[in-house]
Amino acid sequence: MSLLFAILFYVAALVLVVGVAYRIREFARTPAPLLIPTTPAPTSTGGVALRMAREVVLFESLFKSNLWIWAFGWLFHMGLFLVLARHLRYFTEPVWSWVALIQPFGIYAGFAMAAGLAALWARRFLVERIRYISTPSDHLMLALLLGIAATGLAMKFLMHTDIVAVKAFFLGLMVFDIQPLPAHPGLYVHLLLVALLMIVFPFSKLLHAPGIFFSPTRNQADNPREARHVAPWAAKLEQQ
Amino acid sequence: MAAPDAKPKVEAPAYREFPTIPALQPEAMAGSNPYVAADKHNEAIGFPGALVEGWEQKAIAKMGELLGKYRSLRVYMDSCVHCGACTDKCHYFIGTGDPKNMPVARQELMRSVYRRYFTLPGKLFPGLVGARDMTKDVLDDWFRYYNQCSECRRCSVFCPYGIDTAEVTMAAKEIMHSVGLGHKYVNEIIGKVHKIGNNLGLPGPALEDTLQGLEEDVKEDTGADVRYPLDVKGAEVLLVTPSADFFAEPHVESLIGYGKVFHAAGISWTLSSAASEAGNFGMFIGSYDQMRKIAMRVREAALELGVKRIVVGECGHAWRVAYSFWNTLTGIGAGANDPFAVELQKQLDPNYKQPSHICEVTWDLIRQGRLKFDKSANDHRIITFHDSCNVARGSRMGDDPGGQFDIPRAIIKAVANNYVEMARGTTREKTFCCGGGGGLLTDELLDLRVKGALPRMEALKAVADGKGVNFMATICAICKAQFTKVLPFYGFKMGMVGGVHQLVSTAIQLGNEQ
Repeated sequence: MSLLFAILFYVAALVLVVGVAYRIREFARTPAPLLIPTTPAPTSTGGVALRMAREVVLFESLFKSNLWIWAFGWLFHMGLFLVLARHLRYFTEPVWSWVALIQPFGIYAGFAMAAGLAALWARRFLVERIRYISTPSDHLMLALLLGIAATGLAMKFLMHTDIVAVKAFFLGLMVFDIQPLPAHPGLYVHLLLVALLMIVFPFSKLLHAPGIFFSPTRNQADNPREARHVAPWAAKLEQQ
Repeated sequence: MAAPDAKPKVEAPAYREFPTIPALQPEAMAGSNPYVAADKHNEAIGFPGALVEGWEQKAIAKMGELLGKYRSLRVYMDSCVHCGACTDKCHYFIGTGDPKNMPVARQELMRSVYRRYFTLPGKLFPGLVGARDMTKDVLDDWFRYYNQCSECRRCSVFCPYGIDTAEVTMAAKEIMHSVGLGHKYVNEIIGKVHKIGNNLGLPGPALEDTLQGLEEDVKEDTGADVRYPLDVKGAEVLLVTPSADFFAEPHVESLIGYGKVFHAAGISWTLSSAASEAGNFGMFIGSYDQMRKIAMRVREAALELGVKRIVVGECGHAWRVAYSFWNTLTGIGAGANDPFAVELQKQLDPNYKQPSHICEVTWDLIRQGRLKFDKSANDHRIITFHDSCNVARGSRMGDDPGGQFDIPRAIIKAVANNYVEMARGTTREKTFCCGGGGGLLTDELLDLRVKGALPRMEALKAVADGKGVNFMATICAICKAQFTKVLPFYGFKMGMVGGVHQLVSTAIQLGNEQ
């Protein structure tokens, strides 16, 4: 079983890294021929960086749009972020001091994440407009994330596993030295779902994470009169 | 306009007592029936005359080409998470309740096809991820519902990833055109702009007559010799304005105003018969090529006439194209180092923004104290301002972000005493489209246009009832034409809408007052 999980995680990591790198390369290499920032927009690169930071950290546009989606979405994402940070302790020895510091917050974050996910899922059933636009994969994605959160919390509070061994397994994995993984059904499900999430990432709507950084309406400076902006394929039209 | 058989009666939807989000009414607008362009209209602008053999594969190939040319489309196809933030933001959804008018659902018309042909899950498990084959039914839905989007970008303000449905609509229209399915209204107009020089098909001699008539009218009204010059070489300013300004009401009142501003400030200016149109419907159909060709007329006119400044009149999408795209498309702007653009940029005066909006020109002159007004001349009006979508969310005026909101308002306040703002959430970057933009300003879509105007009409009703507003100023030819037509459906007088320079025109002092 340890070997199976080791192979699974190597495959999942490979798919995640190569897949996302490929998609990012695609985003980056596709030209943006026209300046289309949603105005009012910052006029300088620094301003754009600030706008992007507000979008990524505070979900500014979503806040303007719908407070419920913003609240649940932000709760989920920030929870997820802290939970991921908390999990760094399984990959570092000695554990970095800031990771040690946030351990207690990471637990609350786990509940916040699950609550946010559950609320977002409820909206897919309760709000007619969102029910209309939801596809089966939207529900499965929420099930997957909620499953990860639930099994993780269960191992913390209901059915402990040998986390020292889990850490040994992942530390070993990083140096291609397969260590035994504790035989624990909760752990198996948790890890299986995480690997699945890593594998579907580059093929799914999870691409919104890198996507936002490439969104022309948000990442372009509003300076069309001051600087000439011509995409390579468009420049060829001028040579005809 | 050809009359469709058994025209259903068009009625305005009821005002909502509270602005609640409408319940879904699936297929409410499935009967919307934009006229398909005839062979000659398509072929005149380089598209196949009618739906081509093997259009399915050709449409998919075109989608692939656009995914490689436009980062916006590529990123937006992949990034939507169906969060629902945009679902209640579109004026056409608010007015019709048709779920396919929710921005995300409109995008999904294309995204479902994208998934089927360009993503692994869509190829393997189409049902799971909502992927669909490109069929005639899908194409028909595209034609109906991408012609129910005015490309106003309101949804893009609210999307957490900035997904702009206008980009998707434009791509869908470009794909449809490439396989021979065009919209009659838009394609006919693009044909006219190439053949005659403007969207309304007003030939040079008629234009000259019209302008002469204007000079006589203004002389009679004011006693001043205000000129409306055409094709004057060596003029300082080339004014490019929507052709509706030449004869449509209330548009012409603003044209009269531009002339008075230039007259009072002593700036020599000219119109061009070859570029007698600021509008650029190439944008509406997502065609870079058409947009560039249409914009190129302005470059050529500027070089031909040797002008130092290029100024754009009151037209929303034209200002977006001029402000955001002209430098890219034609080199009208600054900061270029390639020979094509430098040729023009060395001719233009670097002391002015190129191009400038007529409101920027007027506001600068006001600030310099070069214009005098009798504000009381506008006292019979209680004025509000409708931000036009393309100006609000696709352009700027002045030096600071948001100048496109502040400058027109500052002008109104400088020329009139009574100004009232409409409700927040319906103005500035959150403004609602008039309901007629994006190439939908055609009679066969009147039902859609009336319904799409609902949110703006509600905001107007509130200030009309509460504050006595009797004039809604705007700086867009399409807004003016749309409201003139639609206001009566909501119980308003059609003369209630007008231009900012109409107000300027009323109050400006031309130096010969007794």
